[in-house]
Amino acid sequence: MPLAIQFEAMAEDALLLRFGSTIDSAINARVHAAVSCLRQRWPTLECVPAYASLLLRFDPEQWQRPDEGTPHQHMGDAVLEALTDLPLAPTNSRLIEIPVCYGDTDGPDLAEVAAITKLTTDEVIARHCAAEYRVAMLGFAPGFPYLLGLDPSLAVPRRTDPRQRVAAGSVAIGGNQTGIYPDELPGGWQLIGRTPLRLFDAATDTPSLLTAGDRVRFHAIDQPTYRQLATGHAP
Amino acid sequence: MSVTVIKPGLSSTLQDAGRAGHAALGVGRAGAMDGPAWQLANALVGNRAGEAAIECTLLGPTLKFTHASVIALTGATIGAHANGQSISMWTRCYLPAGSVLQLGGMHIGCRSYLAVRGGFDVAPILGSRSSDLHAKLGHADGRSLRAGDELLIGYAAPLKWPPNPKKVQALRWGIDPLTWFDFAFQPIALLPGSHFQQLDDDSRQLLLEGKFILSKDSNRTAGRLDGHMLKLRQTLELVSEATLPGTLQLPPSGQPIALLAEAPVTGGYPRIGQIAAVDLPHLGQRRPGDTVCFHLSTMDQAASRLADRQRRLARQIDIVEQRLHEASD
Repeated sequence: MPLAIQFEAMAEDALLLRFGSTIDSAINARVHAAVSCLRQRWPTLECVPAYASLLLRFDPEQWQRPDEGTPHQHMGDAVLEALTDLPLAPTNSRLIEIPVCYGDTDGPDLAEVAAITKLTTDEVIARHCAAEYRVAMLGFAPGFPYLLGLDPSLAVPRRTDPRQRVAAGSVAIGGNQTGIYPDELPGGWQLIGRTPLRLFDAATDTPSLLTAGDRVRFHAIDQPTYRQLATGHAP
Repeated sequence: MSVTVIKPGLSSTLQDAGRAGHAALGVGRAGAMDGPAWQLANALVGNRAGEAAIECTLLGPTLKFTHASVIALTGATIGAHANGQSISMWTRCYLPAGSVLQLGGMHIGCRSYLAVRGGFDVAPILGSRSSDLHAKLGHADGRSLRAGDELLIGYAAPLKWPPNPKKVQALRWGIDPLTWFDFAFQPIALLPGSHFQQLDDDSRQLLLEGKFILSKDSNRTAGRLDGHMLKLRQTLELVSEATLPGTLQLPPSGQPIALLAEAPVTGGYPRIGQIAAVDLPHLGQRRPGDTVCFHLSTMDQAASRLADRQRRLARQIDIVEQRLHEASD
């Protein structure tokens, strides 16, 4: 597949690469393949992946050349060259397993999701655990993953009355995506469960449990297991 | 050595150059809204570049200094008194031990910077001491200062200045604020954004020729612009992509929103412009109710004005260092 990348000089130190204009797993996988390729080539280059695009923040002085071209043009040329033979998906992405206690107080909207999707709560859980997801991007709050790969039968609209406080670790569905609230935050997604894992800890060298491009799987745990895992790393 | 907050002011936070390099984890940069003013405050007290300073908003805090301290105030013109004595801005000041520094309201501008010699000894988070109110990162989980907070001051080599350590005093020399503060509310340079061409003809004209007013809902995350509603020729269904400080978004309401220092890292609204980095500090100094006008710029113009500003800033900092060396030691 020939690479069709659109370039946009977005700011003095920022170049946006667009790989498409839709939320699509194949396009997103391409974005992450590009990130790993570019980070390998230029370790200090800041790459900000999103669903179908990738923002590069660079030092314009380093990309100044004596000829006529602008730093953005030089950067764009070098990027295109680096991305020749870009694989369809990142070859080295991690698979992270996330334990989730579904339903009850940990997932207060599970019954509603089941009602909307005309499934039993057990079927919702089984389908949520069956899929392999990819972290399309992190945003909204530090460490919040937008996950692609939700079973289409589980897509539900966002709540009409967003909550002021969603508990940290809540696993939720919003539209055709699923995500995890890393911290107590306001939120409008439907909460189906909660993970005891800590998603974001700024005090560590690798603050985010998940990084964009990672693959994710959920597995169901019961409440005693949740409590056991949660106390293992109480803040 | 420490500073105790007696009154917190309207929204006072520690800020430095910001948390670069973590946007892919959903962590924005934050950092000083008026970068040059922050850098010059540090230079005036002889700090290493990059030390955090207190960014005050509209109404400054009242602070008590346990030990004799050397401070500098830059940015928006703010009423400042120490032990009842008026304090000059844009210069180096000396406060004897136990001084109470009262920062009042701002006459012009929105954000003043208070640097203390030695810097604030607060643990950096992901490489920065900046408070990020939204992401809850920084001193005291990123919240603004509160009465009773105590901020430790870092070590700095003692100065031979001033001659009389019992009195509040300032150098007779200072930086000319006219060079570093936009008192004239000049038009803000705007690079056309990805969806600029999608604006209808009237809206494009209004954006470049109209007067906007900074709304009272503005903060460090975003400046909302009142005055004109803008329209796209057709509704766009967009997929979220990266946003930056300076990104001018157009949500469905039609009210343009300029993302500022605490810009979210991604967003799905049409991007009608990108504010030239060189003018972002000027926008950061507008108060709710102040006017904002735009003029169209090219990337070349924006980049060359930015490079020029950086050269002037570096030269200014050199001059400050030389003058202080002559005056203080």
